[in-house]
Amino acid sequence: MKTYDMAELAVRNLRESILRNSLTTVGISVGVASLVAMLSLGIGLQQLAGRRLQKSGLFDTVVVTSRRDLRGFNREQEENGPAPAESPTLNEAARLKIAQLPDVLEAYPDIRFITELRYQDKPYLTMVAGLPFSAKNNDAFDGMQGTFFSSDTAPEVILQKSFAAQLLGKAAKIGGEEASVTELAKPLLGKQLTMRYAERTATPEPGTNSSASQSSSTAYSVVSREATLKIVGVSDLDPDSMRGQARARVFLPLKLAQNLHVMQPSDLRDTTNLAGGTPAYTTVEVHVKSPTQVQPVEDAIKKMGFNTFSIVDATRSLRQFFAVLDLFLGIFGSLALAVASIGIVNTLVMAILERRREIGIMKAIGASDGDVKGLFFAEAGVMGVFGGLVGVALGWTIGRVINLGTNVYLKRQHFPPEQIWFVPWWLVLGAIAFAIVVSLLSGLYPASRAARLDPVQALRYE
Amino acid sequence: MSVVSGSNNPIAIRIENLSRHYRMGDALIRAVDGISMQISSGEFVALLGSSGSGKSSLLNLIAGLDHPTSGKVVVKENDLAKFSRQELAKYRLHTVGMVFQSFNLIPSMTLLENVELPLRFAEVDRGKREGLARQALQRVGLIARLRHRPTELSGGEQQRASLARALINQPQFLLADEPTGNLDSQTGTEIMNFIREFNQTLGMTIIMVTHERALAERYASRMIFLADGKLVGDQPNVISATAGQTSGGGL
Repeated sequence: MKTYDMAELAVRNLRESILRNSLTTVGISVGVASLVAMLSLGIGLQQLAGRRLQKSGLFDTVVVTSRRDLRGFNREQEENGPAPAESPTLNEAARLKIAQLPDVLEAYPDIRFITELRYQDKPYLTMVAGLPFSAKNNDAFDGMQGTFFSSDTAPEVILQKSFAAQLLGKAAKIGGEEASVTELAKPLLGKQLTMRYAERTATPEPGTNSSASQSSSTAYSVVSREATLKIVGVSDLDPDSMRGQARARVFLPLKLAQNLHVMQPSDLRDTTNLAGGTPAYTTVEVHVKSPTQVQPVEDAIKKMGFNTFSIVDATRSLRQFFAVLDLFLGIFGSLALAVASIGIVNTLVMAILERRREIGIMKAIGASDGDVKGLFFAEAGVMGVFGGLVGVALGWTIGRVINLGTNVYLKRQHFPPEQIWFVPWWLVLGAIAFAIVVSLLSGLYPASRAARLDPVQALRYE
Repeated sequence: MSVVSGSNNPIAIRIENLSRHYRMGDALIRAVDGISMQISSGEFVALLGSSGSGKSSLLNLIAGLDHPTSGKVVVKENDLAKFSRQELAKYRLHTVGMVFQSFNLIPSMTLLENVELPLRFAEVDRGKREGLARQALQRVGLIARLRHRPTELSGGEQQRASLARALINQPQFLLADEPTGNLDSQTGTEIMNFIREFNQTLGMTIIMVTHERALAERYASRMIFLADGKLVGDQPNVISATAGQTSGGGL
């Protein structure tokens, strides 16, 4: 019998006992739906985590330090490569060179210093850091109140929530309810802060041209200065979380921070550095296009003679975690489909009993074993197709509902909404194909049993 | 037991020492027990006997629905025992057509679909199938009931539909198992007239199982009597002068 005829007969046979076959198909649908819902949730969570990490800038960042600075993050690197004293200085020239490497988006110096900030005439001591303008898209500012810096040199600051609380005298108590960012931001936005800092100014050496740029000078003076800054934002999350103890709680635009020429811890060392003509950076942060390109960029920078550090390795274990998560979610989803496949076997075996005589008739008028087998097989396949289609739609709906529910919950907890559920096209096609394959496998036994039926016996059956 | 051929026409079916035994509990049932005979093409053979005499079992063996315990059924020089299951299905599809006492139409299908079914198995093109099925139904006078399901029809109409189905692949043999058994005498006559017509105008070889001697005498050209699985009599039908047989008696 031709395949098309077989499918047509299968559909009409399925229609004959519509209730039983619909119930079986619903069983498959539920199986497929749970598979799709589980996997789409797993994929969605993975993407959410990936997006967060991407936006956090942790996984596409390479931190470059000089070998001269023995406080490198990665101790092992210091064992090989040029000796610390012979290695290049991490200065502006080196930064530009790094910025020109392929796949590097930007390289900027890390400027941070501990200083005193005055708010309503009360002094507060904290770590201040420069923040590149590109951090505007940083995920850490998702829940921020106020605005990002208006320009890269604007005399503006963004406060971390805990510092804002400190300014308002609302330091969080342990176990106590944390004040919300909105609450903290209201009285602070638009207010002025006075920052006291130590400026490094060049002292022209005797005999040199006074027009020599201050940055090329080895001799310098330290002058105490004050700057007035406007509070433009209060950030909920910690944009500097990677820094551990050294993390800043007040952020300035990076260019502004650079222009202030605040005395850096490394400056002191430079004073004793014979080779040094220019001020060196403690750290340069390099942003790479994507986490996958971190390794080659890191290698290239190492070749230049610097120490590097990235946490790209951490993503690997994270991916592994999600692979395992997806696997488990998939197994749970498949369990439902396995139960559904038993339903198919049951339905078709029942159909054989019920249609024994019909099978006998078909054989008597010339149906081959293959025809009978194909017919039952096609019936299983058709149930699989319908079950798969309905199941994907159902799974999609379940995913949407879960997503909606989660977002309602997130909103109540004052978090921004998230897409925690994602159905890629390959999952749609894969789930339908899987449903068909499972159905066909389930149809295998009933079909061959129907084909083996003895026609004489089957015709005698009433 | 003498081997008798009922006509001068070439031999179409040769049955040699055919047996079909099966077990039922401890008892060995000899449904067919050492039968030999030959059937020429164009004959109208009636297999007569009381119930349990083995006539239906013999018909099933000729139809290729059952396998003999021993002996041979040779149809047009082909030993059915040597056929694969696939070849047997082909044989049932193209060489023999069957009608049954209980009509055996598929209840979920319309008459047209029932008659079309063997064409599907024979992989006849979709476009040609309906025309052929209509033609066959026309022949048995059911063209008005194409879209009806078997349960909506009388017994006679159902049997006519099953005749149309048996005919659809133009087989050489029509095997009928008590075709009038479930019908009143008037409808039975109607069916028998169709069968006779197939025999005479289409030249089909008919093998009909019946327990009604009168029916056999009226239509068949040859009567074979079975009892307990054995052949107990084989004679040309001399009474059936009205049947207008083209072939003469063999004996």
